[in-house]
Amino acid sequence: MEETRRSDLAEARSADDVRRALAEQDYLADQGLATAVFLALRMGRPLFCEGDAGVGKTSVAAAIADALNAPLIRLQCYEGIDAAQALYDWDFPRQLLHLRAAEAAGLNDAEALEAGLYDRRFLLARPLLAALETDPCVLLVDEVDRADDEFEAFLLEVLSDFTVTVPELGTIRAHRPPVVVLTSNRTREVHDALKRRCLYHWLDHPTMEREVAIIKRRLPGVSDRLAADVAAAVAVLRGGDLLKPPGVAESIDWASALRTLGADHLDSLAAEATLGVVLKYREDLDRVRANGLEVLAGVTPESA
Amino acid sequence: MTGPVEDLVAFGRRLRAAGLPASPDRIQAFATAVAMLDPLVTEDVYWAGRLTLCADPDDIARFDLVFTSWVYGHDPRYRLIGDVAGRTRRDRVLADVSGEADDQSDEAGSDDDRPIGLAASNVELLRHRDYPQLSSAERAEVRRLIAVLDPVGPPRASRRYHPARRGLLDAHRTVRAMLARGGEPAGLRRRARGIKPRRLVFLVDVSGSMTGYSDALLRVAHAAVRRRPSTEVFTMGTRLTRVTRELRHRDPDHALVAAGRAVPDWSGGTRLGEQLKAFCDRWGQRGTARGALVVLASDGWERGDAGVLGAQMARLRRLAHRVVWVNPHVAKPGFAPATAGLRAALPHVDDILAGHDLAAYEQLARVLSGTVPQATNKPLEIPVADQGADRVASASASGAGGGNDA
Repeated sequence: MEETRRSDLAEARSADDVRRALAEQDYLADQGLATAVFLALRMGRPLFCEGDAGVGKTSVAAAIADALNAPLIRLQCYEGIDAAQALYDWDFPRQLLHLRAAEAAGLNDAEALEAGLYDRRFLLARPLLAALETDPCVLLVDEVDRADDEFEAFLLEVLSDFTVTVPELGTIRAHRPPVVVLTSNRTREVHDALKRRCLYHWLDHPTMEREVAIIKRRLPGVSDRLAADVAAAVAVLRGGDLLKPPGVAESIDWASALRTLGADHLDSLAAEATLGVVLKYREDLDRVRANGLEVLAGVTPESA
Repeated sequence: MTGPVEDLVAFGRRLRAAGLPASPDRIQAFATAVAMLDPLVTEDVYWAGRLTLCADPDDIARFDLVFTSWVYGHDPRYRLIGDVAGRTRRDRVLADVSGEADDQSDEAGSDDDRPIGLAASNVELLRHRDYPQLSSAERAEVRRLIAVLDPVGPPRASRRYHPARRGLLDAHRTVRAMLARGGEPAGLRRRARGIKPRRLVFLVDVSGSMTGYSDALLRVAHAAVRRRPSTEVFTMGTRLTRVTRELRHRDPDHALVAAGRAVPDWSGGTRLGEQLKAFCDRWGQRGTARGALVVLASDGWERGDAGVLGAQMARLRRLAHRVVWVNPHVAKPGFAPATAGLRAALPHVDDILAGHDLAAYEQLARVLSGTVPQATNKPLEIPVADQGADRVASASASGAGGGNDA
């Protein structure tokens, strides 16, 4: 079973195959995203995903990894990240220990000792190197906009030819380039040189039907009525000019919270109790409460 | 008859004309992508193009437009003629404010040939002359001086460590030093956090009432972009336009002309509150304004609702490290914050500066770098400047510190 699953995505012949394979992992992609993933796999290009928080940028990488039955290697970017944290590092304490042990054993062939010191076994693989050495795998470079631009130039080097040069060891090359997904929240413009090497995809909020399907897929215990109510209410919230419109992640959380409270539909009482799950700004909460929670409840007709 | 590849290349040229980054390697990727999908299915071609040829959410709308006209055979010339006409009109406006921008850029190096001795003696005079009232030669000189301003944000602690004499123990370097000595103990190495300038964000009002000043202020912004690429620049009029990409040009005149092309609403009206909201929604809250020093250059003539402006300024102030308002009219005799927009905004401004002459731009550069005493969080008092008063109205300049660190 596992094997057939894997071949599903690895041997996808069209965007529809990709969509089916991702759906098996409970990730419902639309035509654009499915095409993007298909091309990323076939062209061997990194996929650069941008979009609002909570639209499923990071989880698409996880879904691809699961569908390929390959490990997901994640590199979370932050300001100040450097090669030692992203690429590789020498395991200095072990090298020292090795030196001491050799000394204690009475080895004094200096050349052999030195050569042994910079051996692959003393090299700690950080995410990027680990991704080059693992085949197959999915490399997720998360929130690349948080890293500073110095780091970007360096990422460019790794992603363009999938090799890493360790001065003491030589060049390490990936047998087969990993599937790479980059995400960005657009806190700053990522340099065009990096984007040029990628497929660029802008993720939008899903349509209401898709959102209902996503909620039901992720939370099997949720009634049809509740899923439809939540999706409709979230659509109302997104249209309501908020500081932070809720993403898909929030609607799943909301439906899950409501289910935990035993609700089978959304009324203003339940909405009031759980509003903090979807809205995380005080101004947003005030505004929605001022407009009346009835707007959120009962958007779906009774027949739903 | 042209083949399919020529068709794709022609499409790419059209996209480039519309301002998309459709470089040859991107077009090659596009051709490869189309070959892997079904070239006869419009949707497949659309996605192949959008995924390979766009680099920014703003590109997508433009791409859609060009794509529709390409596929459905609307004669694109109609669109192009309108575009060119619009462009020349904007160029004229730009040329108006920036003098002979195009002539100058044609003969690069003319700046260097000019004797500067004469100009240098005039710098002191020029420094306090209202920018729009300068002759074109004087303006060129002021522009040259703006270009060498060195606007850089105030310092903050960097997250990046570097070797230092004192600070935390740097285990890696210590052990490496020991390795170099064959395992013998070595002196302890240390590391410390570096210092980095904060990001600068410029929001420049390009509405009709700012004509004359917006050119100079965009030049200050250009100098800042050249200095630190992390700087972001937006223009505000009837809509918000990001011009950072255009201002990356090394040459200020080229950069300004490129920015003028990108801005569709040069010399239109202003709805400051709405534009600020657009900025906060699309950029500021995601992180562009977080911990940054935001420079808002406007005269505060608000056509929309002043309440919106006040609320958005409060929001911006919460996001940003400091908010500096540059107002060309501050130094004018008898200035008082009379407009409703300005009144609503002022409680949420850290500094208010003049922006009408070279001296003001130099002062702005100093305030940005944090080398002048900074205002406290006390409510702002606008000095009603009289004729002889200091040209620069800095917010209650007593005490140090202040600011809301993000």
